[in-house]
Amino acid sequence: MDVVVDNYQFIGIGFAATVLLFLISGIGALLLGTLLVAMRVGPIAVMRRAAATYVTLVRNTPLLLILVFFSLAAPKIGINFQFVKIVISTGWGDIRMTNAFAGATVGLILYTASFVCESLRSGVNAVPVGQAEAARAIGLPFGGVLSNVVLPQALRAALPPLASTLIALLKNTTVAASVLVLESAYALKQILDKTPGTVEKLWPIGVFILVFVILVELLSFASGRLERRWRVAR
Amino acid sequence: MQETTDAPLVRLSGVQKWYGELHVLRDIDLSIARGEVVVVIGPSGAGKSTLCRAINRLETIDEGEISIDGQPLPQEGKALARLRADVGMVFQSFNLFAHKTVLENVTLGPTKVRKQSKADAQARAKELLDRVGVGHQAAKYPAQLSGGQQQRVAIARALAMEPKVMLFDEPTSALDPEMIKEVLDVMVDLAERGMTMVVVTHEMGFARTAANRVVFMADGAVVEEADPETFFTNPQSDRAKDFLGKILKH
Ligand SMILES: Nc1ncnc2c1ncn2[C@@H]1O[C@H](COP(=O)(O)OP(=O)(O)OP(=O)(O)O)[C@@H](O)[C@H]1O
Ligand SMILES: [Mg+2]
Repeated sequence: MDVVVDNYQFIGIGFAATVLLFLISGIGALLLGTLLVAMRVGPIAVMRRAAATYVTLVRNTPLLLILVFFSLAAPKIGINFQFVKIVISTGWGDIRMTNAFAGATVGLILYTASFVCESLRSGVNAVPVGQAEAARAIGLPFGGVLSNVVLPQALRAALPPLASTLIALLKNTTVAASVLVLESAYALKQILDKTPGTVEKLWPIGVFILVFVILVELLSFASGRLERRWRVAR
Repeated sequence: MQETTDAPLVRLSGVQKWYGELHVLRDIDLSIARGEVVVVIGPSGAGKSTLCRAINRLETIDEGEISIDGQPLPQEGKALARLRADVGMVFQSFNLFAHKTVLENVTLGPTKVRKQSKADAQARAKELLDRVGVGHQAAKYPAQLSGGQQQRVAIARALAMEPKVMLFDEPTSALDPEMIKEVLDVMVDLAERGMTMVVVTHEMGFARTAANRVVFMADGAVVEEADPETFFTNPQSDRAKDFLGKILKH
């Protein structure tokens, strides 16, 4: 137990970085995923095909490969994020959102957006065609039909798969962390390396798992609440 | 001057449509004058819905031309959306926006398409909802209303756009018998106020009270047209006689 208490600052910063990485990637993935689904169901054939190809390619690529690409291959062909230099100083230490953090964010957004797109598309397919027809019939253009009628309803139908996607993202931030970012997983490793004895080593892992379980539960809870609130309005 | 007011509001000429091998609209020529109420009637699969939906281009056509108020229907995009705003449509299955309240259903078009202020749109929406008899339901969601109430909201939603013409595709055929009258009453009132209407329906009572003309369709073609009294009492074609025989039996 001492090992957790002694290193609380280290662990705290690690989790703060994870949560930030999760939040930024989550918002980015939701936005990019929405754009992709708009292209995917839109009237322009080229866009439909482009979005479909993107989703197929990215969904079938292991996340690790994408992250390794951004950490090893991308800099060699001139793609790097050296220009990102955000450092948040806290009493416990610095949260560094720099090159590696940005690379992880971009990798996670590109990867997760393909799943967001597919979740939303399943939602769009669940919206009866009559809804879009009625929206077109009052004179809304394609964008208006999508943003005022189809997507809000699709979002309600897509909530369970979207929540799963976000939970997967939360877990994936640790994958990203181990490849790219100095945050909780790395913090954990450092702590473990310094910790003598097998039983003592279990404590930090326990705390690590516990906090992640809590974060995942929070997400499920929020999605459950939203689902219930939207039930009448469907 | 005279010419523009006498010109038909809706005009279909030489309209053809195929679904693969199936010829669903056969060389349709139809003109609808301002203020006229036209009832379209015919057996299932005759192409009535397709015709109705072609008028606001929810269905594309393969040949011929459709124009509204002298303007040919645009192909796609903003111009088409603008034209659709002038054509109200009421569906058999209501199609109210399920995630919006009754009031929001009626104000969406006026605020987003007509760019009216929210306050103006709401005031007008309340008037219309009162007129169709569902004013006190404004804060409810569609799923909380009966079919008849939903269909009246759908009519109010279409009217809120101040359309030049209203299309109805079997507006009462998804309703329980006791709700049919409340919807028909609203439609009769609308007809009396001079709205131009195209109504696909088998409600002969409505046709007799409100329609200026009955258009009988079969197998994708307009087989016969006449004023309601003439059509129902003295149909000319065998198809129409046969059809009326079937629906009058019960
Ligand atoms: N999307 C479609 N693809 C292929 N065929 C279609 C499609 N929509 C309609 N049809 C066919 O076109 C014909 C005309 O259909 P339409 O819905 O216009 O008939 P209707 O006169 O409205 O019939 P009902 O009284 O049953 O509503 C029917 O034979 C129908 O099966
Ligand atoms: Mg029909």
